[in-house]
Amino acid sequence: MTAPAAMIEVTYRDAMREAIRDALRRDKNVFLMGEDVGRYGGCYAVSKGLLAEFGPERIRDTPLSESGFTGAGIGAAMAGMRPIVELMTVNFSLLALDQILNTAATVRHMSGNQFGVPLVIRMATGAGRQLAAQHSHSLEGWYAHIPGIKVLAPATVEDARGMLWTAVQDPDPVLIFENVMLYNMTGKLAADAGAVGIDKAAVRRTGRDISLITYGGSLWKALEAAAALAAEDIEAEVIDLRSLRPIDDATIMTSVKKTRRAVIVDEGWRSGSLSAEICTRIIEQAFWELDAPIGRVCSEEVPIPYPRHLEIAAIPQVPKIVAAAKIALGRA
Amino acid sequence: MTAVTDKPRLSRAHALDLLKQMIRIRRFEDKCAELYTQEKIRGFLHLYDGEEAVAVGVIPVLEQRDRVVATYREHGHALVRGVPMTAALAEMYGKQEGCSRGRGGSMHLFDRATNFYGGNAIVGGGLPLAIGLALADHMRGDDIVTACFFGEGAVAEGEFHESLNLAALWGLPVLFVCENNLYAMGTALVLSESETDIQRKAACYRIASEAVDGMDVVAIEAAARHAVRAVRESGKPYFLECRTYRLRAHSMFDAQLYRDKAEVEAWRHKEPIVRFKGWLEASHMIHPDDLARIEAEIDAEIAEAVTFAESGTWEPVEQLARFTYADSAA
Repeated sequence: MTAPAAMIEVTYRDAMREAIRDALRRDKNVFLMGEDVGRYGGCYAVSKGLLAEFGPERIRDTPLSESGFTGAGIGAAMAGMRPIVELMTVNFSLLALDQILNTAATVRHMSGNQFGVPLVIRMATGAGRQLAAQHSHSLEGWYAHIPGIKVLAPATVEDARGMLWTAVQDPDPVLIFENVMLYNMTGKLAADAGAVGIDKAAVRRTGRDISLITYGGSLWKALEAAAALAAEDIEAEVIDLRSLRPIDDATIMTSVKKTRRAVIVDEGWRSGSLSAEICTRIIEQAFWELDAPIGRVCSEEVPIPYPRHLEIAAIPQVPKIVAAAKIALGRA
Repeated sequence: MTAVTDKPRLSRAHALDLLKQMIRIRRFEDKCAELYTQEKIRGFLHLYDGEEAVAVGVIPVLEQRDRVVATYREHGHALVRGVPMTAALAEMYGKQEGCSRGRGGSMHLFDRATNFYGGNAIVGGGLPLAIGLALADHMRGDDIVTACFFGEGAVAEGEFHESLNLAALWGLPVLFVCENNLYAMGTALVLSESETDIQRKAACYRIASEAVDGMDVVAIEAAARHAVRAVRESGKPYFLECRTYRLRAHSMFDAQLYRDKAEVEAWRHKEPIVRFKGWLEASHMIHPDDLARIEAEIDAEIAEAVTFAESGTWEPVEQLARFTYADSAA
């Protein structure tokens, strides 16, 4: 029997960087391309040091041409490369939305399976750094609307380290959303940690009384809320979706059928959101198992504001999650 | 015809082949228009009438290993590239024997066997794709040219400028072929561009360029030979503007309110098939028998394509979601 690998303390950023480094080492067709990924080291310092190790062909700085270089990633993928495109933030990704939706997501179906797009697109998402209304939104739910692509939201250092290689190997486009508040987060990671599956949600805390369903940066708020609820003898189960498209219905329904109550926590806006989709799926698949209306904690329906107190008020926070859980439990 | 430095070998056989390819596209599309009125073909149908010399002049100059990215007006490009007429027409019928299994229709002809990357119905959307194809070849050191066709309407798109910049900045083997037919749907070039000399835009990105009479198949072929050789030898992009004209409506829904009939008539006298045929006759390179034989061969091919498309089958509805992802194969 081999001894379990030593656990090391790493940041989410380091885990993501190691994942990129690993992919570059394992497959010569992999390359990273995006604004400031090379000499600058990445807007969020994820790719720092990779230029020196892999050179400017494979750590490719691009002009500010989101549509151009995202489309270039699509074309390179269609020609057999395995590009990783970094789009800095989700707000900037809108400049590449034409290529993502009209080309990457459509080509396999529209060409009758002659061409596929094995492309990974990474980008930062979420609020919390006082970056105001053009750098702070959570639009991953929009992308989860699109058939033909997969959408991932790694929330743990293990997923930051492990999802990328699985995504790189996927024959279809995979979008990875990295919440900006997670980059500095540290966690324990096995020294030999590697690829992880991307098709299942994870139960991050087990509980009998209510299911808190969330993903990305909100996972840690949900876990904190669960700890607060435990002090009041409420045992919350916390589900980390991990994949926003496809959604792992089975894990959600198994949990909800056990707890009979659910609150969805989503940093996207409420109207027409991913939280609305999850809510609907629960109603479609587990309506008769429910003991209370489903609750939602989402971002307020405003552009994310700059001042700290307003930004905090605009996005899901622990007290709101606790309050929503108590309402669902009739203990408000 | 134009005096050329990169003179193609205009043997009689080659000349007749150029003529045949142009007539083949024209007659095929005449049949498509007829089938459209019979509602055999639906959706949008954009005809290449008047512009045939561009595809016929450029595409045969490419090697089999090279890549082609086209627009939604791509029937001609697909045929010249070698997509079988049967599969192209079946695609327009929406039959699963079509070159894209019927999923794409007229605007989305794809063919892996001939490195034909579609049929793109987002104006300008094919340019970044071409950059990526060429980037892959550049990174692997493969001797492959990507030919990217687009209309002058695409020049107003940001993706055009982003793509030219990337191609020049990174030194990518892309042949940009602008099919300037003077109208972006119904908007005249003078109403959409401050600089209407399109090829000059390439100079801003330090890309070598040339404008050529897009109604002169021999001139286009000569320019394409020079351009493709330049791209292959340098690994760098080249920009070819073909000045042409669309003789028919933009699509089958277009009443053509935006241009005078007299203007269309004037261009009709310059159209590439009549012009090249006239030149071949004057040069005694073609006999009346040749034309009759060419037309008979083409008509037989079209008849076969119609039979093929008619007898094609509909994809079972149960397979609707198939190939949304690689693993969603039914």
